Amino acid sequence: MIDRDTVLHVATLARLDLHDDEIEPMAQELSAVLGHLETIAELDLDGVVPTSHVLTAPTGPRADVPHTSLAREVALDQAPDASDDGFRVPSPQA
Amino acid sequence: MTNLIDLTVVDAAAALRRGDITQAELFQAYRDRAAADDTNSFTWLADELTLPAALGNEATPRPGTDTPLAGVPLAIKDLFCIAGVPTASASNLLRGYLPPYTATAVRLLQDAGATVLGKTNQDEFAMGSSNENSAFGPVLNPWDRTRVPGGSSGGSAAAVAAGLAPASIGTDTGGSVRQPAALCGVVGLKPTYGSVSRFGMIAFASSLDQAGPITRNVTDAALLFRAMTGPRDPADATSIGWDSAGELDLPTTERLDGLKIGVPIDLLGEGIEPGVRASFDATLKLAESLGAEIVEVQLPHARHALSAYYLLAPAEASSNLARFDGVRYGNRAEIGDGGLVELYTKTRHDGFGPEVKRRIMLGTYALSSGFYDAYYRRAQQVRTKIVEDFRAAYEQVDLIATPTSPTVAWGLGERTDDPLAMYQADVTTLPFSLAGVPAISIPSGLSEGLPVGFQLAGPAFSEPQILETAYALEQQIGFDGAAAFDGPAPAGKEQG
Repeated sequence: MIDRDTVLHVATLARLDLHDDEIEPMAQELSAVLGHLETIAELDLDGVVPTSHVLTAPTGPRADVPHTSLAREVALDQAPDASDDGFRVPSPQA
Repeated sequence: MTNLIDLTVVDAAAALRRGDITQAELFQAYRDRAAADDTNSFTWLADELTLPAALGNEATPRPGTDTPLAGVPLAIKDLFCIAGVPTASASNLLRGYLPPYTATAVRLLQDAGATVLGKTNQDEFAMGSSNENSAFGPVLNPWDRTRVPGGSSGGSAAAVAAGLAPASIGTDTGGSVRQPAALCGVVGLKPTYGSVSRFGMIAFASSLDQAGPITRNVTDAALLFRAMTGPRDPADATSIGWDSAGELDLPTTERLDGLKIGVPIDLLGEGIEPGVRASFDATLKLAESLGAEIVEVQLPHARHALSAYYLLAPAEASSNLARFDGVRYGNRAEIGDGGLVELYTKTRHDGFGPEVKRRIMLGTYALSSGFYDAYYRRAQQVRTKIVEDFRAAYEQVDLIATPTSPTVAWGLGERTDDPLAMYQADVTTLPFSLAGVPAISIPSGLSEGLPVGFQLAGPAFSEPQILETAYALEQQIGFDGAAAFDGPAPAGKEQG
């Protein structure tokens, strides 16, 4: 059901590198799991509203009041590579 | 004097208040036991009763003994962020991460007088039912060290069962508090979705994740739940809160006259072990002897819960885990000249374990163009039907009971090569998760020498009734967890 090309396409969407020897097992595992999950295809669900929140939670924008957030040095502290004012990454164009 | 580690949370807090014991000696008794642990329940242990100052955060104050928890140390599942404390959600990608803030649930417990004993092992990003998907290695079940403790909060359950902590905190997405509690012979409560803030819990599936206590008895679960909930948390948009949390009483019920307990025949089909079924039936008899009425209820869509869950939870996970890309926190892979995309893909390849990758792939597929309607949207519609099933059932009964897990603890490695067999472990807990309703697991007895869990669930915000009923049953069951508590190894159990 899920072939090699589909696995590679989904892995690209998920930004997940898969080594050559990981592709075929992934295809087989996903096929087996999806095959099992397809029992929901039998159900007649016409007109059923998809769940968005299981309870009707009161939602809405919070008050527009300024507040402090993480200090810069705290926010940058756990970065694998940080400069004084930001997170350093390789070029997206590479 | 009583052995310190024999005290429940309620009793330890009372002893601390009276001055019979000190916070330091209670902490040290557990610290010594946990340090000698051979079940691999902990990923990190505190050195001191209070946490030191971390970047941007002050040291935690020593709690007063006039607080509800009076300084009782708790074990906290690794995925809860605690400022300056290693928090990895049992993933290599986050190994060594020190969060800049503390999860609301943990902070509320600290405000109520809890101290932090350590972080507990779990399945990576809470994805698993056996605690075998951890970058820190599997946890061993203290009842039989060749068996799994359940998951994903396996370390939290094993630590309480083995008497390495007075109580712990776990999280439950599809059964991850209740199922390990069942397999380890302790009590686990999954509260109503939204009643405990998710802020600072490393997210797995945000529409399902809920924090809950794992304890030696129902009264301790009530005490910790009362401390963890509270007013709506502005930092969690889905938080509903419990404004009158302080007024929740500890359970005292002895009789169950007038209570109607529904047994969903749709969830009691194949796959339930005979020993589990026997313990379940015996517990229903006890409920009847206390005056409860047992009736059958229909949950016609419950059998589709597994399918819906294993589409929805991976879909949410694939979105939530997109943040782990090696840029802002966590570990970054060495890369060649492939630039930013290679940084993302290699970091995620090297950092995530096999089950996490499988679920990211499954979830990404279910959300991808062309498949969204057939999988994700359809699963959300099934979820609506399941929610409606529960609403209808709760018009007929007060509570619903099932075995927590269809089986007792299985052998380490037995299901690791078969994801579907592993997923089946959650078949009786998942429907309640999808419906967002509260449920508790209490130990109901033994089968083949291993604990069996009895699950009791109610409508949203029925925690008081669930806890009262579970308490009444607990008194009748008289479960003895001593075999795990006094089991082999934990050196230092003579401490205190």
